[in-house]
Amino acid sequence: MAEAIIRVAGLGKSYRTAAGLFAALRGVDLTIARGEFVAIMGPSGSGKSTFMNLLGCLDTPTSGDYFLAGRNVAQLDRDALAALRNRTIGFVFQGFNLLPRMSLEDNVALPLVYAGQPREARRARARIELGRVGLGDYAASLPSRISGGQQQRVAIARALANSPQLILADEPTGNLDSHTSEEIMALFEALNRDGITIVLVTHEPDIATFARRQVRFRDGLIVSDLPTPSGAIA
Amino acid sequence: MLRAMLGEAWLAMGANRMRTILTMLGMVIGVGSVVLMMAIGQGAQYAVAQTIKTMGSNLYILISGSTSTGGVRSGGGGGPTLSVADAAAIAELDGVANVAPVHQGTQQLVYGANNWSATVVGTTPPYLDARAWTVISGHPFGDSDVRSATRVALIGQTAAANLFGADDPLGKTVRIRQSPFVIIGVLGRKGQNLDGRDQDDTLIIPLSTAQRKVFGTPFAGSVRLIMVQATSAEAMPTVEASMTALLRQRHRLREGQDNDFFVRNLAAAADSAAETTRVMSVLLGAIASVSLLVGGIGIMNIMLVSVTERTREIGIRMAIGARQKDILAQFLLEALMISVAGCLLGLVLGIGGALLTNALSDMVIVISGGSVVVAFAVAAGIGVFFGYYPAHRAAALDPIEALRHQ
Repeated sequence: MAEAIIRVAGLGKSYRTAAGLFAALRGVDLTIARGEFVAIMGPSGSGKSTFMNLLGCLDTPTSGDYFLAGRNVAQLDRDALAALRNRTIGFVFQGFNLLPRMSLEDNVALPLVYAGQPREARRARARIELGRVGLGDYAASLPSRISGGQQQRVAIARALANSPQLILADEPTGNLDSHTSEEIMALFEALNRDGITIVLVTHEPDIATFARRQVRFRDGLIVSDLPTPSGAIA
Repeated sequence: MLRAMLGEAWLAMGANRMRTILTMLGMVIGVGSVVLMMAIGQGAQYAVAQTIKTMGSNLYILISGSTSTGGVRSGGGGGPTLSVADAAAIAELDGVANVAPVHQGTQQLVYGANNWSATVVGTTPPYLDARAWTVISGHPFGDSDVRSATRVALIGQTAAANLFGADDPLGKTVRIRQSPFVIIGVLGRKGQNLDGRDQDDTLIIPLSTAQRKVFGTPFAGSVRLIMVQATSAEAMPTVEASMTALLRQRHRLREGQDNDFFVRNLAAAADSAAETTRVMSVLLGAIASVSLLVGGIGIMNIMLVSVTERTREIGIRMAIGARQKDILAQFLLEALMISVAGCLLGLVLGIGGALLTNALSDMVIVISGGSVVVAFAVAAGIGVFFGYYPAHRAAALDPIEALRHQ
């Protein structure tokens, strides 16, 4: 088995609510190797979103350890987490989350701004990534001028801009029709073949079949962790 | 990095153009009024300083008065207790630059069919230096004119204009109480004194002539006023003390007896006038600063709205790697750009307003580089000060909450 990019042990997260302490995650253990393509599934309230937020270094756990690329990130401060989000992780969201006033090229180049790269390098890299997702001709367009599927491609290009080791996709096809969804999933498959680890949250079984491993959450715990049946791959 | 951030701040400002312009307007009005008020205030200070300069510097005026004869006391100028000899004695003291005995009063001047009432000053040549008079054409009279009581006169601009119109007064003869006086010099323009009296409505003649031909004093050799000019402001207290002691001795006043003369310090009067205008100009600036403060609050208000509106954008930026200080810098830069742009427009407006005020009224306007620099620095300071709180709020947002925000 390849080296682990993600290893969580006894990961827990509780929130203080009006009704008392609510445990969203109750001690999760999971290891994901480099190059894997994993779907995280489960009903709403199962803890999968909390888990993704922790994996994405957007939040810190209340208990347990999280090793990302060999580094325990559970106790890092906000700036260190921001640096991890910038360089090690690429995010793809359900709502695309492009900045509406910026051109596609500037959107894709934004992570490079926060990485402190010079202007020319940012532009060159943004054009390469836009070309990689098939939108090289739209560099100067605004997000509102292109379709949802194209916006999601731009979001993927943005996630790729800083050459991340891991892509976290949260319901990336939730706002797309089934045909466009398949195109986006095909893009993820291609990226995975290039060696990028992909973790995908979805509640659609069809989409999950693009992954090679499916992890199910319920009530803050992992209830199943199985490879995708080979016959089911579309 | 900075260039990218400036570009983004520009985009954000352009996204809500009307709002940005209105916010900027607060700064424009604030900076504009500060610059205008400071220009007016400094102009007033300048005008007073000019007036003080025309009065002559480091001056004392000795006024004869308060004789006490058998219990009957008279007020200032009640009796001519000062004399030309007193003046000559004071001139010998250390630290005294010029001394001039003066006998003055209002007289009717007649030239041909014209007549005009003006202040006639009978004095000696040092008077011109003491009161900072210049002779712009012709020449001043000398000591010999005083000794032989010649009928010559120096004329001020206002009196000259009223008597001679556009004609050259030099060599013309003016009659005062039937005595003819030949104009030998024309005085330079001074304008109003601190009391608002026109200093140019005057005629200066030798003291002896004035006393014999014009005022007809029964006490020859005594005068009501003596001008004493000290060599410097530092020398003034010494001069005042030694002059007072000298006069008491000359007037044979015993210890405990009141002075029979008054000492009036013109420099002190000038200082208080200058202080008054300084206070006025500070006050004007302070009032204008209030509008600058209101402009700053406007910026803070709009930045808070902007942070709320752009919460999701902030979340996205954080998710792709913006650190807290990146978000802080972004919003701070935006506030700074609004206030600096507002400041530049305000400077243009303020300077334009000052020039317009100058053109439409006879008010003196002084625009100093200092006030421009101060206005600019204050505007930048306001941008940072009032921009910090909203920017800090943006930077402190929780990335997950911000991303979830609709």
